[in-house]
Amino acid sequence: MKPFESLTSPVLLLRENRIDTDIIYPARFLLIMQREGLGQYFCADRRVDPEGNAIANPIDEAKERGAGILIAGREFGCGSSREQAVWTIKDFGITCVIAESFGEIFQANCLRNGVLPIVFDPATLEELAAFGKDGELSVDLVARTITAGEKVIDFEISDNARERLLKGWDETGMIQSRWGTAISTFEEGQRAAQPWLYEPLAI
Amino acid sequence: MTTASAPRTLYRKLWDSHVIEVVPGAQGEGEESRAALIHVDRHLLHECSTHQSFEALRSNGRSVHRRETHLAVPDHAVSTALDRLSIAQDDGAAGAQVARLASNVAEFDIPYVPLDDARQGIVHVMGPELGFTLPGITLACGDSHTSTHGAFGALAFGIGASDCETVLATNAIVQSRAKTVKVELSGTLGAHVTSKDVALALIGRYGAGFATGCAVEFTGEAVRAMSMAARMTLCNMAIEAGARIGLVAPDETTIDYLRGRPLAPQGEMFEQAAAYWRTLASDPGAEYDRTVALDLDALAPQITWGTNPQDAAPVDGTVPAAPEDAEAARQHAKALAYMGIEAGMPVTDIAVDVVFIGSCTNGRIEDLRAAAAVARGRKVAEGVRALVVPGSMAVRAQAEAEGLDTIFTEAGFDWRMAGCSMCVAMNEDRLAEGERSASTSNRNFEGRQGRGGRTHLMSPAMAAAAAVTGHIADVRTLEEIVA
Ligand code: SF4
Repeated sequence: MKPFESLTSPVLLLRENRIDTDIIYPARFLLIMQREGLGQYFCADRRVDPEGNAIANPIDEAKERGAGILIAGREFGCGSSREQAVWTIKDFGITCVIAESFGEIFQANCLRNGVLPIVFDPATLEELAAFGKDGELSVDLVARTITAGEKVIDFEISDNARERLLKGWDETGMIQSRWGTAISTFEEGQRAAQPWLYEPLAI
Repeated sequence: MTTASAPRTLYRKLWDSHVIEVVPGAQGEGEESRAALIHVDRHLLHECSTHQSFEALRSNGRSVHRRETHLAVPDHAVSTALDRLSIAQDDGAAGAQVARLASNVAEFDIPYVPLDDARQGIVHVMGPELGFTLPGITLACGDSHTSTHGAFGALAFGIGASDCETVLATNAIVQSRAKTVKVELSGTLGAHVTSKDVALALIGRYGAGFATGCAVEFTGEAVRAMSMAARMTLCNMAIEAGARIGLVAPDETTIDYLRGRPLAPQGEMFEQAAAYWRTLASDPGAEYDRTVALDLDALAPQITWGTNPQDAAPVDGTVPAAPEDAEAARQHAKALAYMGIEAGMPVTDIAVDVVFIGSCTNGRIEDLRAAAAVARGRKVAEGVRALVVPGSMAVRAQAEAEGLDTIFTEAGFDWRMAGCSMCVAMNEDRLAEGERSASTSNRNFEGRQGRGGRTHLMSPAMAAAAAVTGHIADVRTLEEIVA
């Protein structure tokens, strides 16, 4: 996974609450089995009408400006666990999403894909959105700051999430090398205490 | 650190018993870290969120850590047509996805229930039915409604495709300990009022984000009185309140349900397991981060009128007026425009085109019985298309043994094979632009049941009442319901 350290970029404003995963990536596209090239389906139903004609919309406009940061509202990415919701955003060119809150699984999926999710209170969010209308924002994960013109704002992110993004590591490989033995030890203990979990599945 | 003697919530007990190692320094200095590597005991897989997980295993040259902790089944995109086995191969993208799942599980030797198996069903219906879901375990699945399994007192949560790969390779995942919400349900449910109505009323009252990221435990006499099916409906809908996890403490209802299930422990081992499961309850005095309450005595059947599960109204009520808050008013107007209805209208004036009875929320035998009790001796209203899609082939077989299929087909319902169907509209079962449904599923998001489709969520009995009247109707006012 590509590490995330910092980003200076124009902003896509989707200032609505509850942009859910069905809006971000409509379920019918889940039949596509690749994970590359999904950016064309990002918020598809807001960009293309049922007959397949392009509709004027802020999303494509932001794409032309090269937006790499998305500012949303409350509960962004709520709904399903589909990781396509993050793959589509990333392929579209966005690697930082700022919102008042996130769907939990979406937020976890961001961290697995080098996309930085940042949470702010409504007032700060509004301030950033106002600036992001035509200005660029700078996000610095090392310093945990966002710069909007003259103003520098601290943001919070857990050390764990920050480290995962900064290192961009392969999580599975990391767990195997760092905790392989601990997992075996845990399983020996669990097998002794709850042997029924270690019976072969009669399927 | 919490000492052994401090009272703990059920969630905390389950969490503590699965921590392999705390990940240090994940919170502010001096504070106990909430992040940990936790063990994942069981993992359910379906055809539409796992191909990339297997691809990652393959490209990294990794193997499956413990094959017997996984179980796979196709459910999301499969056809529910009666002749689906003969059409499956020609079924374009969906057929290809099922074929890919079959080849992936064969390559990695994952236990698999294929489409033509009598046990096939929606992951969250089939897992409990087979006894794959057990109290006290952690269970993950690449699907947000994995919270359903929390009805057994399991830590069950949805994960993304990357996490599925990690679970396949390691049976572990890094997660942070959730905040806890206690839901106190008091009073008793009236006739034809169900746990679906409880879930909608809770989200309606406290908001769709009231439990974002939290573990929600449902407590109270009303919960103890609920069947496992009703508890699963409740935990299933916890995700619609934003929760990561829904929980009901296991009791004799849970243990009786599991006894004799094919994948549950058998004989002496079952009793040993049950003794452990009986210890899984929140200690008296355990502290939750938040407590919310709902009294069930006067609860009416609920429906949703908008595009967010919190847009719930009692069936004897009206579509609400715009709220005062400007932003909320804007969303209210947008939802009404999308749904094509007006504030102030009685909800029973809303006519429906399609009725969908099924899904992992309400596709169990108890749900079909409740719907059949309303459908019995009646006819689906003129111009309404009504589908009954059992949650699993086992539910379908049970319903047929009880003659429910005859009741449905005589009333004019379409009696189908098991799958997710019109809950997610990945197969041929979907709403056309502008069509309106009464649906027993869990999400009324824009486009969820097909682009431009309009969804009203409700219980199975209420959906059946909508089918036979042609509009949203109060099932309590229909005469002669023989349950
Ligand atoms: S029935 Fe609906 S909510 Fe349940 S697993 Fe299938 S698609 Fe998801």
